[in-house]
Formats: sequence, C-alpha cells, structure tokens
Amino acid sequence: MDTMTSMDRVMASLSHKEPDRVPVFLLLTMHGAKELGMSIKDYFSDAKNVIEGQKIIHAKYRNDCLNPFFYAATEIQAWGGDAIFIDDGPPNAGAPIIRTTEDIDDIQPPDMDHPILRMGLEAIEGLVDHADGQIPVIGTVLSPFSVPVMQMGFEGYLNLMYEDQDSFWRLMRKNEEFCVKWGNEQAKAGVTAVAYFDPLASSSMTTPDQYRLTGMKVAERVISRMDAPTATHLASGRALPIIEDIVSTGTGALGVCTLEDLAELKRVCKGRLSLLGNLNGIEMRRWTAQQAEEKVKDCIMKAGPGGGFILSDNHGEIPFQVSDEVLLAIRDAVDKWGEYPLDWIV
Amino acid sequence: MVESLSDFVYKTLTTLRINFMISRMKGHKTLDLTEAAMDLEGYFLAVDKPSAFALLDRLTDTSTGTEIVDDVIMPALESIGDRWEKGQVSLSQVYMSGKIAEAMVDKVILSTGHQADSGGSVAVAVLEDHHNLGKRILASVLSTSGMQVMDYGHALSVDELVSMVERDGVDYLMISTLMLPAALRVKDAMIQIKERSPHTKVIVGGAPYIFDPALGEEVGAHAVGRTATESLNILKRMMREGA
Ligand code: B12
Repeated sequence: MDTMTSMDRVMASLSHKEPDRVPVFLLLTMHGAKELGMSIKDYFSDAKNVIEGQKIIHAKYRNDCLNPFFYAATEIQAWGGDAIFIDDGPPNAGAPIIRTTEDIDDIQPPDMDHPILRMGLEAIEGLVDHADGQIPVIGTVLSPFSVPVMQMGFEGYLNLMYEDQDSFWRLMRKNEEFCVKWGNEQAKAGVTAVAYFDPLASSSMTTPDQYRLTGMKVAERVISRMDAPTATHLASGRALPIIEDIVSTGTGALGVCTLEDLAELKRVCKGRLSLLGNLNGIEMRRWTAQQAEEKVKDCIMKAGPGGGFILSDNHGEIPFQVSDEVLLAIRDAVDKWGEYPLDWIV
Repeated sequence: MVESLSDFVYKTLTTLRINFMISRMKGHKTLDLTEAAMDLEGYFLAVDKPSAFALLDRLTDTSTGTEIVDDVIMPALESIGDRWEKGQVSLSQVYMSGKIAEAMVDKVILSTGHQADSGGSVAVAVLEDHHNLGKRILASVLSTSGMQVMDYGHALSVDELVSMVERDGVDYLMISTLMLPAALRVKDAMIQIKERSPHTKVIVGGAPYIFDPALGEEVGAHAVGRTATESLNILKRMMREGA
C-alpha cells in the first residue's frame, strides 16, 4: 500500500533512503498520442496534447513522474534544423545544420522565445500545475557534448573531436550557453529535476580518457550552473568505467543500461549516485506479463535495497511498440515486489 | 572491484605477448606479422596514425599486400570489433581504426598492387533514416578486407532498397538500422527480397539487434552481425556455403 506521495517517495529514494516502495518512472512519450487517437506528428504539434497525454498516462500507469519531453530533435529545430516524423516511432533530426567549421562560427544559440522551446515550456507549466507539488515533473536537455551528433552527423562530429580541437571547443561553448539557458528556463517553469542526456559520455561511445578531457569538463561546467538538480542519462550506453567521473560532475542520478550488471552498478554507486533503470525497452515489446514481472523483480532485487533507485527503462524512453499490457504488468509488479522493506530478498 | 580499463589493457597485452613469445620459440614465419598486428591494434586504439603508417612502411619491405591486409590489418580491426562488443573499447576508437585502416589499404594497393578476390557482390544500406555511421564503419571494414562494396546510401524506403537489390542481383545485402521502427521494417524488406531476389542473403545489424538478440530472427534476416568485423566472418561463411 502506497503511503507517500510520488514526490516524497522519489525524493526519499534520491536521498538514498527507503521510501514506502520503489519509485517507478515509465518514461512514455509517444504513448500519449495513442491515448488521444492522434498521429505522433499531430500530437507533438501542440503542448496541450502532451499535457493531456501525460495526465492520462500518469493516471493509467500510476506513474511516479510526469514527463513533458517531446523528442530530442526539438533542440535541432530550435537551432534551425528539421525533424523528420514517422508514424510508428520518434522523429529524427534531419540533415545536419553544421557542415563546415565556418558553420560553427556562424550558428547562434537559439533564443528562448523560439516557438518549439515555448511549446516545451508550455507543456512543462501545464504539468507542473497539474502535479501541484505532489508529482515530480522531469525536464530534459541534451548535453552540449552529445547534441553535435544531431547538429553535424556522427561521423563529422568524431572527425571534429579528433582533428580540430579549436573548433570542437568553440562548438562546446555555444552549446553550453544554450544548454544552461534551456535547462534553467525549464527550472523556472517548475521542473523538479533536469535529465542531462549525455550518451557520448558513455564508454560505449568515447574512451574514458577522451571523456575526462572533454565531455566531463563540459558536464561539470553546465551542471554547476543549473538551477535544478540533474540526473545524467547515457541513453543505454555503458557507464561502469566512468562512474567516478560522473559522480564528480555533481549529478545526482544516473540512467544505466542492460549491457552492464545492475548489481555491480549498485555496488559502485551506492550512497553516491541514485540509479535509474534498467528494463530493456527494445526487448520489452515481446515480453509476456510474466516476463515483465520477472524483470522488474530482478531489478528491484539488485538495486532496490537502501533506496537510491528508481525503476525505469534503460534508454529514457519506452518504444511506441510496447503494449499497454506489458506496461501495466511492469507497474503491477512494482506494487507486488517493490514495497519496502524488501523482506523477500534473502 | 571493477577492473579498470588500463588494468584490462595491460593484462590483455601481457597475455598476447606471452602467446607471441611462445609461438616465436616455435619459430613460425608469420610471427612478425602477429606481433605487427598487435602493435597496430595499439596504434589504432591510440588513434596514432603516424606510427601505424611507419609500421606499414616497414612491413611493405618484407611482406606481400595480402599478408599485410589479411594477417596484420584485419586481425587488428577484428580484435577491436570484438572488444567493442565486450565494452572494452569505444565506438570512437572503432570508427577511427576503420578510417586509418582504409587509408593504409589504399597505400598497400598503390605499393604492392594487392587485389583481393571477391566471392560475390556485396551492398550496404541504411533503411529509412540518416543514421549513417554504422554503415560507414561496415563499409570501411569490408573494403579494407578487399571486398568491392556497393553503397546504396541511407534513408531508403523498403521499395527503393528492394528495387536496387533486384536491379543489381546483389548476392549479399547488409542492412544497418539504428531506430527500432527501421529495424522492424526489415521484415517487409525480407518478404519482398525473398520474392524478387531469392538468391540474396541478408545480414542485419545496428543497436536494436544488439539490445534484442531475437530481433534478427523475427524479421527473417539470414544473419545478424553484432559488429562490423563480425559481418566479415558471416560473409565468408556464407560464401563458402554458397560456393
Ligand atoms: C548516442 C545516442 C544518441 C545521441 C546521438 C544519436 C545519433 N546517432 O543520431 C542522441 C542523444 C542525439 C540520441 C538521440 C536519440 N536517440 Co539515441 N542513442 C544513442 C546510443 C547510445 C548510440 C547510438 C549510435 O549512434 N551508435 C553508433 C552506431 C554506429 O552504433 P551501432 O548502430 O550499434 O553500430 C555498431 C554495430 O551495431 C555494428 N553495425 C551497425 N550496423 C550494422 C549492420 C550490419 C549488417 C552489421 C553486421 C553490423 C552493424 O557496427 C557498429 C560499430 O560496431 C544508442 C544506444 C546504444 N547503446 O547503442 C541510443 C539509441 C540509438 N537511441 C535511440 C533513440 C530512440 C533516440 C531518439 C529517437 C530519442 C528521441 N525520442 O528523440 C533520438 C534520435 C536522435 C536523432 N538523430 O534525431 C534508440 C533507438 C532504438 C529505439 N528505441 O527506437 C537507442 C538504440 C537507445 C535504446 N536502447 O532504445 N541518441
């Protein structure tokens, strides 16, 4: 039986204490469109839809957060690029907006009045209002270190990183300026915390040494200037080799993935970094209700004890293809296995 | 305690060195090439292009083009691919290694006239979107190994892709996808390919297939590759079986 509000539950867990039960963030974005019987494109064309969709999702799955996130490419739209929509998944960024190093000098960080950012803020304000301080509302920024993959293509960005340090740092400065403003605008609109999406930090993507000289410095600067607490998410990249570095960026939580052992992650992070994860979103679409329960139970067993854990998927967004039945089975399993104290764990 | 990356690298290198010393004592001719492959792997991982090319210069004096490619460059790349899958090296290293390797092979071809034999036509493609890097890495591994690869580009619809395959009578098609919807769309492509180009063998890869190992079978692909270098072994196996 739940005895705390979602806000108190999440806050207790993030303080490495055991609340009434394990908090659960079902990070659904496109499912709101399904609920409202709309195309994904139409759904994301108006903040009112996202507010409505998130309210429905929150009630249906008894979620411990509200998630006003639209999709990653909104930031690219703000920088002057496009998003390409499809019917059955999240939109992607269109053609790169940075093609030459001169473009890095020419582009200007977007104004906070850009319509796509205003729409995002409107969704946040609507959900903050609805939450009334009882439910965490999660904001999202893409890290200055990871967003260039969308700004200039992955290959172009890797070449820049290795071959043109000056231009790399010029781009970081511009991206940092935008990221801090955008995160703080969301904080002003009332988000409880900001998710700092930084998959390029992951040792799946860059080497720990490379990260320490680049993305980590960026993260330290940005996070120290954020007016809301942050949770870093590697979008399902590996984290173990850089845990100490992530702790030192000042972030409070970390989204971790199924490529690594959750028990090991918990051991290394315990008391220092709360964990968010790590149900496999891609596999989830084929789970039975029973498998969903087993996976939830396994996660709780490995990371639940002592708090500092929010059950979630391992990417920060559950694919459109995942059925309501599976999502409900996940949620029910949290009630069944997530109540503290976790006496069933021997 | 987690093994730190440097500990791991140290241990691996030590093991490799010991194996190398043992085989040197046995006195094989390929020994220098094994050592060279290990050195090259180190240069690749450190993205040390000058040392990689200095090594190449030394090798061209004593080895054939085929030896350099098959016994030095490819084993180094393969080892890096395997280690990426295990989480021991990063994608930036995989990408840069492929890039340096390609440049090395260009030089090998110039200086030794090395030409690999091709066992069938191979095409690479990205379905639906602009996520090119997987295909780029794949193409560099395949061409480094000496294969002639047709690059079908990216953002292809199923119809466009199948028409190209049918037009060219492609023997081996490699599809790279990053987004789940695109990975699922391979199912439609497979149905059409089986009808319109039944001899074509399809190998798929990309993040969704890594996170869901059953996905390749679900969409009906002939094989799934978890790394670009693995695709080469799959191809070789298919070519042998097909021959
Ligand atoms: C870095 C990253 C980001 C970065 C950059 C993304 C980009 N490339 O544009 C940012 C933060 C911007 C981002 C955003 C998004 N992301 Co993202 N991201 C990742 C991450 C961590 C790596 C992706 C990547 O580019 N890898 C590089 C490529 C080259 O790796 P790869 O595909 O695995 O390829 C290797 C092998 O698989 C193999 N290979 C590849 N193709 C082939 C083909 C054959 C035949 C063979 C044999 C081998 C092979 O070779 C390569 C080298 O070894 C993955 C998770 C992960 N751990 O993989 C998620 C992931 C790709 N993201 C995902 C999603 C959904 C998104 C967003 C759509 C989220 C949103 N709602 O906005 C956006 C889209 C961004 C855009 N482009 O518009 C999902 C996609 C699957 C899904 N759920 O649909 C993933 C898989 C996360 C997950 N677990 O669900 N992301």
